[in-house]
Amino acid sequence: MYVSVKGGERAIRNAHGWLAEERRGDRNVTELSLAQIREQLTLAVNRVMAEGSLYDPDLAALAIKQARGDLIEAIFLIRAYRTTLPRFGYSEPLDTARMTCDRRISATFKDLPGGQILGPTFDYTHRLLDFKLAAEGDAPQAHSQPATQGEVPHVTEFLNNEGLIEETARTGKAPPDLTREPLEMPAERALRLQALTRADEGFTLGLAYSTQRGYARNHAFVGELRIGMVAIEMEIPELGFAIEIGDMTVTECETVNQFKGSKTEPPQFTRGYGLVFGQTERKAIAMALVDRALRWEELGEDYVGAPAQDAEFVLSHADNIQATGFLEHIKLPHYVDFQSELELVRKLRRTVQAAQSQEAAE
Amino acid sequence: MTVQDYQAEPAYNFAYLDEQTKRMIRRAILKGLAVPGYQVPFASREMPMPYGWGTGGVQVSAAVLTPDDRFKVIDQGADDTTHAVSIRSFFERTAGVETTTKTALASVIQTRHRIPEAALTEDQILVYQVPIPEPLRFLEPRESETRKMHSLEEYGLMHVKLYEDISRHGHIATSYAYPVRVEGRYVMDPSPIPKFDNPKLDDCPAIQLFGAGREQRIYALPPYTKSVSLDFEDHPFDPSKAAHPCGLCGAEDSYLDEVILDDKGGRLFVCSDTDYCEERQAQGHRGKDAA
Repeated sequence: MYVSVKGGERAIRNAHGWLAEERRGDRNVTELSLAQIREQLTLAVNRVMAEGSLYDPDLAALAIKQARGDLIEAIFLIRAYRTTLPRFGYSEPLDTARMTCDRRISATFKDLPGGQILGPTFDYTHRLLDFKLAAEGDAPQAHSQPATQGEVPHVTEFLNNEGLIEETARTGKAPPDLTREPLEMPAERALRLQALTRADEGFTLGLAYSTQRGYARNHAFVGELRIGMVAIEMEIPELGFAIEIGDMTVTECETVNQFKGSKTEPPQFTRGYGLVFGQTERKAIAMALVDRALRWEELGEDYVGAPAQDAEFVLSHADNIQATGFLEHIKLPHYVDFQSELELVRKLRRTVQAAQSQEAAE
Repeated sequence: MTVQDYQAEPAYNFAYLDEQTKRMIRRAILKGLAVPGYQVPFASREMPMPYGWGTGGVQVSAAVLTPDDRFKVIDQGADDTTHAVSIRSFFERTAGVETTTKTALASVIQTRHRIPEAALTEDQILVYQVPIPEPLRFLEPRESETRKMHSLEEYGLMHVKLYEDISRHGHIATSYAYPVRVEGRYVMDPSPIPKFDNPKLDDCPAIQLFGAGREQRIYALPPYTKSVSLDFEDHPFDPSKAAHPCGLCGAEDSYLDEVILDDKGGRLFVCSDTDYCEERQAQGHRGKDAA
């Protein structure tokens, strides 16, 4: 005898209890502290801050712990928390020329004012498992040197002086806010960049890669990649001027892209731009490539039907919280819909079988 | 009782969302009620449950609930499925409202995939969770295009699709999320309810609100709105269901779930609306499989 599915409440409670136990793992192993996650899984923390759109390493570390290391789940926790926070106002635009750079490289010039700083990068490491890390020992101290003082001008400024690269026009108007207004198409560049900076890293990487393989190829050079600390300034209405309220680490990538010119523009280089919270350079480079691909219309290029050129496609599918939620919702019961499909398929089969038996009889 | 002195989780505002957000959502709801069937864009918030899991419905419920409301949540017609339980407990925690499983006693009902069997009244609001609000989406994937089609009332594509179904299968091969025309103007997706439920949309005394969180759309049917399921004169709309009575309460007029009992083809048909079924059993109705 069928008993209707009762006990949803108890099932949920038990599942959550089990989850908490699994999260802790073997109790003979020391529990992870948030400080450990923050300090030693920094790049995971950075990704969660970037795609969660909330710059708070401690909360990101908590989210990673709570999510058992599932970064998309951690990003979701941060987003859901972020949305409950009051909005005080908007900061001044970041002045990345005044960044204290940990890393600053240009692929287009051998040397340049401000210098090339390799910084803490995986580049040029040989990807050999380092078994010394398995034995717990202290890491050696790195050699240190005072940071470069003063402004570090952008590479694109040098090209700009010669008129070789497009000017980015200042529109003077406040950018729209993706988190406060529904996304509507067509989306202007500021809005596209907002969506891209918190877009899923994997999705952005795949799209950027597709442009390199010929789906709207845009010949990108990394004009400059810089990672470091920038000051956040905000104008306080009571004071009437901007003061520094803190600082954050960001990764900025400017690509320099070949452009043969169009009806309205002479041949010159064009730009793609990426800016992401934390040390997140794969994402920043990918973002710059996708940004450039999406600019085909304003630059008078051809639409070749590539996914990376299609703003509606890119922006509608780049958010991993939307994507994972909708993808995973098919786990929810659908038996009412399925029942109606069952009825329909049975009916269609009856029709076909009736037709076949009639044919056979004739 | 006022909004200030409710007894739920004190860390959150009444019904979770802040008042400004609720105001923004209420504006979208009012616009939706003023233009029945039109999809109003709204700045959907991230909720503490995943997109695709009722965030639109939850935001609409949060915006319309008052401390005096009595709230009911169903998924697939049932109050006790895990999804319904989870949303009900969310509002118990964040709004402290009274909840019920009785359709007749609820003032706000949030639903996924069903319309209750019991007739609704003017004192009720039915909130639908909507995954894909755009009825034209699977004919035209671009939002920029479908919005144009709605504004030009260009619904030919939809009729062509239905016609192709008939010419290929002899029937319209859409069994749920069956599109309706609202007041002779907008074609609307009634959410993935079985087409059996479509007639209940029409001329309903209750307010019907539709929330799609991920897609950032709200739409509405005000009370007593005309809502017609699309069809052809020679192929009229057919709100079919399994041709059985309910095995537990014997109802012949309710939508049924098919439950597989064993691996020998044994099956049982029972009401998907658990409250309806229980009410009938309490009144002494028995089906052939009732214990």
